[in-house]
Amino acid sequence: MTGTGAVFDDLATALRAERPVALATVVAGAGVGGALLVEPGRDGRGTLGDPDLDRVVGRDAEAELQAGTSGVRHYGPRGEARRDDVSVFIESFAPPPRMVIFGAVDFTAALVRLAKVLGYRVTVCDAREVFATKARFPFADEVVVDWPNRLLERIGHELGPRDAVCVLTHDHKFDVPAVVAAMRTKVGYLGAMGSRRTHAERLDRLRREGVGDDDLARLMAPIGLDIGARTPEETAVAVCAEIIALRTGRPAPSLREGEGPIHR
Amino acid sequence: MREVLVDIERWRRQGKRVALARLVDLEGSGPRLPGAAMAISDDGEVAGSVSGGCVEGAVVAEALDVLAGDGPGRLVTFGYSDDEAFAVGLTCGGTMHLFVERLDW
Repeated sequence: MTGTGAVFDDLATALRAERPVALATVVAGAGVGGALLVEPGRDGRGTLGDPDLDRVVGRDAEAELQAGTSGVRHYGPRGEARRDDVSVFIESFAPPPRMVIFGAVDFTAALVRLAKVLGYRVTVCDAREVFATKARFPFADEVVVDWPNRLLERIGHELGPRDAVCVLTHDHKFDVPAVVAAMRTKVGYLGAMGSRRTHAERLDRLRREGVGDDDLARLMAPIGLDIGARTPEETAVAVCAEIIALRTGRPAPSLREGEGPIHR
Repeated sequence: MREVLVDIERWRRQGKRVALARLVDLEGSGPRLPGAAMAISDDGEVAGSVSGGCVEGAVVAEALDVLAGDGPGRLVTFGYSDDEAFAVGLTCGGTMHLFVERLDW
Protein backbone atom coordinates (compact mmCIF):
# COMPACT_ATOMS: atom_id res chain seq x y z
CA MET A 1 0.00 0.00 0.00
CA THR A 2 1.20 3.51 -0.81
CA GLY A 3 1.94 5.31 2.44
CA THR A 4 -0.12 8.30 3.45
CA GLY A 5 3.09 10.32 3.24
CA ALA A 6 2.91 10.27 -0.57
CA VAL A 7 -0.53 11.88 -0.39
CA PHE A 8 0.94 14.60 1.85
CA ASP A 9 3.67 15.24 -0.74
CA ASP A 10 0.95 15.74 -3.38
CA LEU A 11 -0.94 18.00 -0.97
CA ALA A 12 2.17 20.15 -0.44
CA THR A 13 2.65 20.42 -4.22
CA ALA A 14 -0.97 21.52 -4.76
CA LEU A 15 -0.76 24.08 -1.95
CA ARG A 16 2.47 25.57 -3.30
CA ALA A 17 0.74 26.00 -6.67
CA GLU A 18 -2.22 27.62 -4.82
CA ARG A 19 -4.63 25.09 -6.30
CA PRO A 20 -7.85 24.35 -4.37
CA VAL A 21 -7.49 20.91 -2.78
CA ALA A 22 -9.14 18.79 -0.08
CA LEU A 23 -7.72 15.93 1.97
CA ALA A 24 -10.00 13.14 3.25
CA THR A 25 -8.75 10.80 5.99
CA VAL A 26 -10.50 7.83 7.62
CA VAL A 27 -10.35 8.59 11.36
CA ALA A 28 -12.62 5.78 12.66
CA GLY A 29 -14.00 2.48 11.33
CA ALA A 30 -12.46 0.13 8.75
CA GLY A 31 -9.34 1.44 7.03
CA VAL A 32 -8.28 4.02 9.64
CA GLY A 33 -5.51 6.22 8.27
CA GLY A 34 -6.55 5.79 4.61
CA ALA A 35 -6.17 9.11 2.78
CA LEU A 36 -7.62 10.51 -0.44
CA LEU A 37 -6.55 13.78 -2.05
CA VAL A 38 -9.33 15.53 -3.99
CA GLU A 39 -8.70 18.24 -6.57
CA PRO A 40 -11.54 19.58 -8.76
CA GLY A 41 -10.94 18.56 -12.37
CA ARG A 42 -8.19 16.04 -11.53
CA ASP A 43 -8.11 12.37 -10.59
CA GLY A 44 -8.08 11.65 -6.88
CA ARG A 45 -4.87 10.31 -5.38
CA GLY A 46 -4.69 7.67 -2.64
CA THR A 47 -7.71 5.73 -1.41
CA LEU A 48 -9.94 5.36 1.64
CA GLY A 49 -10.04 1.60 1.00
CA ASP A 50 -13.13 1.26 -1.21
CA PRO A 51 -13.76 2.73 -4.68
CA ASP A 52 -17.40 3.60 -3.96
CA LEU A 53 -16.44 5.28 -0.70
CA ASP A 54 -13.75 7.22 -2.59
CA ARG A 55 -16.31 8.41 -5.12
CA VAL A 56 -18.90 9.56 -2.54
CA VAL A 57 -16.30 11.23 -0.32
CA GLY A 58 -14.70 12.86 -3.38
CA ARG A 59 -18.03 14.48 -4.20
CA ASP A 60 -18.56 15.62 -0.59
CA ALA A 61 -14.99 16.94 -0.44
CA GLU A 62 -15.62 19.12 -3.49
CA ALA A 63 -18.69 20.53 -1.70
CA GLU A 64 -16.66 21.25 1.46
CA LEU A 65 -14.03 22.92 -0.68
CA GLN A 66 -16.64 25.09 -2.36
CA ALA A 67 -17.95 26.18 1.04
CA GLY A 68 -14.46 26.52 2.54
CA THR A 69 -15.35 24.23 5.46
CA SER A 70 -13.70 21.23 7.13
CA GLY A 71 -15.25 18.53 9.29
CA VAL A 72 -16.03 14.88 10.02
CA ARG A 73 -18.65 13.01 7.95
CA HIS A 74 -20.02 9.52 8.46
CA TYR A 75 -20.67 6.79 5.89
CA GLY A 76 -21.34 3.10 5.38
CA PRO A 77 -18.38 0.92 4.27
CA ARG A 78 -19.14 1.71 0.60
CA GLY A 79 -20.09 5.32 1.09
CA GLU A 80 -23.73 4.68 2.00
CA ALA A 81 -25.52 7.70 3.46
CA ARG A 82 -27.14 7.76 6.92
CA ARG A 83 -24.74 5.17 8.32
CA ASP A 84 -22.01 5.47 10.87
CA ASP A 85 -19.51 2.70 10.08
CA VAL A 86 -16.74 4.91 8.77
CA SER A 87 -15.82 8.44 9.95
CA VAL A 88 -13.93 10.59 7.47
CA PHE A 89 -12.30 13.92 8.25
CA ILE A 90 -12.44 16.20 5.21
CA GLU A 91 -10.09 19.16 5.37
CA SER A 92 -10.45 21.71 2.61
CA PHE A 93 -7.71 24.07 1.52
CA ALA A 94 -9.14 26.97 -0.44
CA PRO A 95 -6.60 29.12 -2.29
CA PRO A 96 -5.56 32.21 -0.32
CA PRO A 97 -7.93 35.20 -0.48
CA ARG A 98 -6.70 38.17 -2.48
CA MET A 99 -6.16 41.74 -1.46
CA VAL A 100 -5.68 44.38 -4.14
CA ILE A 101 -4.29 47.67 -2.84
CA PHE A 102 -4.39 50.79 -5.02
CA GLY A 103 -1.88 53.51 -4.21
CA ALA A 104 1.82 52.95 -3.52
CA VAL A 105 2.11 54.92 -0.27
CA ASP A 106 3.51 54.26 3.23
CA PHE A 107 0.12 53.02 4.41
CA THR A 108 0.28 50.48 1.61
CA ALA A 109 3.61 49.05 2.81
CA ALA A 110 2.18 48.50 6.30
CA LEU A 111 -1.05 47.01 4.95
CA VAL A 112 0.87 44.60 2.70
CA ARG A 113 2.85 43.29 5.68
CA LEU A 114 -0.26 42.73 7.81
CA ALA A 115 -2.25 41.21 4.94
CA LYS A 116 0.57 38.70 4.38
CA VAL A 117 0.44 37.73 8.07
CA LEU A 118 -3.31 37.11 7.62
CA GLY A 119 -2.69 34.88 4.60
CA TYR A 120 -3.70 37.12 1.71
CA ARG A 121 -2.18 37.03 -1.74
CA VAL A 122 -1.43 40.75 -2.17
CA THR A 123 -1.30 42.89 -5.31
CA VAL A 124 -0.16 46.53 -5.15
CA CYS A 125 -1.14 48.75 -8.08
CA ASP A 126 -0.28 52.35 -8.87
CA ALA A 127 -0.03 54.18 -12.17
CA ARG A 128 3.19 55.94 -11.11
CA GLU A 129 6.14 53.70 -11.87
CA VAL A 130 8.51 55.62 -9.57
CA PHE A 131 6.44 54.51 -6.58
CA ALA A 132 5.09 51.13 -7.67
CA THR A 133 8.29 49.13 -7.29
CA LYS A 134 8.99 45.70 -5.82
CA ALA A 135 11.80 47.29 -3.79
CA ARG A 136 9.30 49.46 -1.90
CA PHE A 137 6.89 46.57 -1.34
CA PRO A 138 9.10 43.50 -0.94
CA PHE A 139 6.33 41.49 0.76
CA ALA A 140 3.75 42.02 -1.99
CA ASP A 141 3.12 39.02 -4.26
CA GLU A 142 2.98 41.38 -7.24
CA VAL A 143 3.46 45.08 -7.88
CA VAL A 144 1.67 46.36 -10.98
CA VAL A 145 2.26 49.68 -12.74
CA ASP A 146 -1.09 50.49 -14.30
CA TRP A 147 -4.30 52.41 -13.87
CA PRO A 148 -6.61 50.80 -11.27
CA ASN A 149 -9.54 50.43 -13.65
CA ARG A 150 -7.34 48.70 -16.24
CA LEU A 151 -6.02 46.20 -13.66
CA LEU A 152 -9.58 45.45 -12.51
CA GLU A 153 -10.74 44.99 -16.10
CA ARG A 154 -8.17 42.18 -16.29
CA ILE A 155 -8.55 40.49 -12.88
CA GLY A 156 -11.90 41.78 -11.54
CA HIS A 157 -13.78 38.61 -12.56
CA GLU A 158 -11.47 36.59 -10.26
CA LEU A 159 -12.48 38.54 -7.13
CA GLY A 160 -15.11 37.10 -4.78
CA PRO A 161 -16.61 37.39 -1.29
CA ARG A 162 -13.37 36.44 0.52
CA ASP A 163 -11.31 39.06 -1.31
CA ALA A 164 -10.65 42.72 -0.56
CA VAL A 165 -9.95 45.90 -2.52
CA CYS A 166 -8.37 48.78 -0.58
CA VAL A 167 -8.08 52.15 -2.27
CA LEU A 168 -5.40 54.18 -0.51
CA THR A 169 -4.56 56.75 -3.18
CA HIS A 170 -6.86 59.51 -1.82
CA ASP A 171 -6.43 61.28 -5.14
CA HIS A 172 -9.74 61.51 -7.03
CA LYS A 173 -7.94 61.08 -10.31
CA PHE A 174 -7.00 57.52 -9.29
CA ASP A 175 -9.50 56.48 -6.65
CA VAL A 176 -12.76 57.33 -8.44
CA PRO A 177 -11.98 55.01 -11.39
CA ALA A 178 -10.68 52.38 -8.93
CA VAL A 179 -13.87 52.42 -6.84
CA VAL A 180 -16.12 52.45 -9.92
CA ALA A 181 -14.27 49.45 -11.39
CA ALA A 182 -14.24 47.58 -8.04
CA MET A 183 -18.01 47.97 -7.74
CA ARG A 184 -18.41 45.98 -10.95
CA THR A 185 -16.74 43.01 -9.22
CA LYS A 186 -18.09 40.60 -6.59
CA VAL A 187 -15.34 41.59 -4.13
CA GLY A 188 -16.45 41.13 -0.50
CA TYR A 189 -14.71 44.19 0.95
CA LEU A 190 -14.20 47.55 -0.69
CA GLY A 191 -12.65 50.34 1.35
CA ALA A 192 -11.29 53.77 0.45
CA MET A 193 -8.98 56.01 2.47
CA GLY A 194 -9.38 59.73 3.02
CA SER A 195 -10.73 62.31 5.43
CA ARG A 196 -14.46 62.84 5.74
CA ARG A 197 -14.14 65.95 3.56
CA THR A 198 -12.22 64.00 0.90
CA HIS A 199 -14.84 61.29 1.06
CA ALA A 200 -17.77 63.71 0.75
CA GLU A 201 -16.25 65.06 -2.44
CA ARG A 202 -15.51 61.51 -3.63
CA LEU A 203 -19.18 60.58 -3.08
CA ASP A 204 -20.24 63.53 -5.26
CA ARG A 205 -17.87 62.43 -8.00
CA LEU A 206 -19.00 58.80 -7.76
CA ARG A 207 -22.66 59.85 -8.04
CA ARG A 208 -21.79 61.96 -11.09
CA GLU A 209 -20.21 58.81 -12.57
CA GLY A 210 -23.63 57.19 -12.19
CA VAL A 211 -22.90 55.04 -9.10
CA GLY A 212 -26.17 54.36 -7.26
CA ASP A 213 -26.89 54.23 -3.52
CA ASP A 214 -26.90 50.42 -3.41
CA ASP A 215 -23.37 50.32 -4.75
CA LEU A 216 -22.22 53.21 -2.54
CA ALA A 217 -23.46 51.22 0.47
CA ARG A 218 -20.71 48.67 -0.28
CA LEU A 219 -18.00 51.28 0.10
CA MET A 220 -16.30 51.36 3.51
CA ALA A 221 -15.00 54.93 3.68
CA PRO A 222 -13.28 56.44 5.47
CA ILE A 223 -11.59 53.05 5.55
CA GLY A 224 -11.10 51.09 8.79
CA LEU A 225 -12.46 50.75 12.30
CA ASP A 226 -12.57 53.80 14.57
CA ILE A 227 -9.88 52.66 17.02
CA GLY A 228 -7.81 55.84 16.99
CA ALA A 229 -5.16 54.44 14.64
CA ARG A 230 -2.40 56.97 13.82
CA THR A 231 0.61 55.26 12.27
CA PRO A 232 0.53 53.32 8.98
CA GLU A 233 0.85 50.09 10.96
CA GLU A 234 -2.03 50.95 13.30
CA THR A 235 -4.12 51.99 10.31
CA ALA A 236 -3.39 48.62 8.71
CA VAL A 237 -4.75 46.94 11.87
CA ALA A 238 -7.90 49.12 11.68
CA VAL A 239 -8.44 48.14 8.03
CA CYS A 240 -7.86 44.41 8.53
CA ALA A 241 -10.04 44.37 11.65
CA GLU A 242 -12.83 46.00 9.64
CA ILE A 243 -12.49 43.33 6.95
CA ILE A 244 -12.81 40.59 9.59
CA ALA A 245 -15.79 42.27 11.32
CA LEU A 246 -17.60 42.70 8.00
CA ARG A 247 -17.05 39.04 7.14
CA THR A 248 -18.24 37.74 10.52
CA GLY A 249 -21.06 40.26 10.90
CA ARG A 250 -19.90 41.26 14.37
CA PRO A 251 -20.59 44.76 15.70
CA ALA A 252 -17.45 46.90 15.51
CA PRO A 253 -17.26 50.69 15.18
CA SER A 254 -16.39 51.54 11.57
CA LEU A 255 -15.16 55.07 10.83
CA ARG A 256 -17.85 55.15 8.15
CA GLU A 257 -20.61 55.15 10.77
CA GLY A 258 -19.07 57.95 12.85
CA GLU A 259 -18.78 61.73 12.57
CA GLY A 260 -16.16 64.39 13.13
CA PRO A 261 -12.42 64.28 12.52
CA ILE A 262 -10.81 60.85 12.11
CA HIS A 263 -7.77 61.90 14.15
CA ARG A 264 -8.53 63.69 17.38
CA MET B 1 -2.03 22.13 8.49
CA ARG B 2 -0.42 24.30 5.79
CA GLU B 3 2.11 25.66 8.29
CA VAL B 4 3.53 22.26 9.29
CA LEU B 5 4.10 20.84 5.80
CA VAL B 6 7.53 22.46 5.46
CA ASP B 7 8.71 20.87 8.70
CA ILE B 8 7.27 17.49 7.68
CA GLU B 9 9.24 17.63 4.41
CA ARG B 10 12.44 18.64 6.21
CA TRP B 11 12.16 15.82 8.78
CA ARG B 12 11.49 13.36 6.01
CA ARG B 13 14.66 14.48 4.17
CA GLN B 14 16.56 14.03 7.42
CA GLY B 15 15.29 10.43 7.63
CA LYS B 16 13.13 11.04 10.68
CA ARG B 17 9.81 9.37 11.26
CA VAL B 18 6.87 11.75 11.51
CA ALA B 19 3.49 11.77 13.27
CA LEU B 20 0.70 14.23 12.55
CA ALA B 21 -2.03 15.28 14.99
CA ARG B 22 -5.02 17.15 13.58
CA LEU B 23 -8.03 18.70 15.28
CA VAL B 24 -10.93 17.03 13.44
CA ASP B 25 -13.93 17.91 15.58
CA LEU B 26 -14.79 20.35 18.32
CA GLU B 27 -17.76 20.50 20.69
CA GLY B 28 -18.46 23.73 22.52
CA SER B 29 -15.86 26.42 22.94
CA GLY B 30 -12.30 26.02 21.69
CA PRO B 31 -9.48 28.22 20.50
CA ARG B 32 -8.80 26.55 17.15
CA LEU B 33 -10.89 25.26 14.25
CA PRO B 34 -10.84 21.79 12.66
CA GLY B 35 -7.68 21.48 10.59
CA ALA B 36 -5.38 22.92 13.27
CA ALA B 37 -2.36 20.64 13.13
CA MET B 38 0.76 19.65 14.97
CA ALA B 39 3.58 17.57 13.52
CA ILE B 40 5.94 15.61 15.74
CA SER B 41 9.21 13.94 14.74
CA ASP B 42 10.46 10.74 16.35
CA ASP B 43 13.19 12.67 18.18
CA GLY B 44 10.61 14.98 19.73
CA GLU B 45 10.71 18.06 17.51
CA VAL B 46 7.34 19.80 17.31
CA ALA B 47 5.77 22.13 14.73
CA GLY B 48 2.35 23.83 14.89
CA SER B 49 -0.30 23.59 17.59
CA VAL B 50 -3.84 22.32 18.07
CA SER B 51 -5.12 24.34 21.04
CA GLY B 52 -4.13 27.36 23.05
CA GLY B 53 -1.33 25.38 24.63
CA CYS B 54 -3.57 23.31 26.92
CA VAL B 55 -3.10 19.82 25.47
CA GLU B 56 0.06 20.05 23.35
CA GLY B 57 2.21 18.17 25.86
CA ALA B 58 -0.20 15.25 25.97
CA VAL B 59 -0.46 15.26 22.15
CA VAL B 60 3.32 14.85 21.85
CA ALA B 61 3.11 11.81 24.14
CA GLU B 62 0.28 10.33 22.03
CA ALA B 63 2.22 11.00 18.83
CA LEU B 64 5.40 9.33 20.10
CA ASP B 65 3.27 6.38 21.20
CA VAL B 66 1.75 6.11 17.71
CA LEU B 67 5.26 6.27 16.19
CA ALA B 68 6.42 3.48 18.52
CA GLY B 69 3.48 1.18 17.71
CA ASP B 70 2.36 -0.31 14.40
CA GLY B 71 -1.26 0.89 14.25
CA PRO B 72 -2.11 3.44 11.55
CA GLY B 73 -3.52 6.09 13.86
CA ARG B 74 -6.11 6.80 16.51
CA LEU B 75 -8.72 9.29 17.65
CA VAL B 76 -7.92 11.03 20.92
CA THR B 77 -10.41 13.13 22.88
CA PHE B 78 -9.64 15.91 25.34
CA GLY B 79 -12.35 17.54 27.43
CA TYR B 80 -12.80 19.72 30.45
CA SER B 81 -10.89 18.35 33.43
CA ASP B 82 -12.65 19.39 36.63
CA ASP B 83 -11.77 16.39 38.74
CA GLU B 84 -8.01 16.65 38.90
CA ALA B 85 -6.42 20.07 39.01
CA PHE B 86 -3.36 19.00 37.04
CA ALA B 87 -4.94 16.55 34.61
CA VAL B 88 -4.69 17.39 30.93
CA GLY B 89 -7.78 19.24 29.87
CA LEU B 90 -9.31 22.34 28.40
CA THR B 91 -10.19 25.15 30.77
CA CYS B 92 -12.53 26.67 28.16
CA GLY B 93 -15.08 23.91 28.69
CA GLY B 94 -14.92 22.50 25.15
CA THR B 95 -14.19 18.98 23.96
CA MET B 96 -11.77 18.36 21.13
CA HIS B 97 -11.25 15.26 19.02
CA LEU B 98 -7.82 14.79 17.48
CA PHE B 99 -6.68 12.26 14.92
CA VAL B 100 -3.09 11.23 15.52
CA GLU B 101 -1.41 9.28 12.71
CA ARG B 102 1.97 8.11 11.50
CA LEU B 103 3.02 9.29 8.04
CA ASP B 104 4.60 6.52 5.97
CA TRP B 105 6.49 6.93 2.73
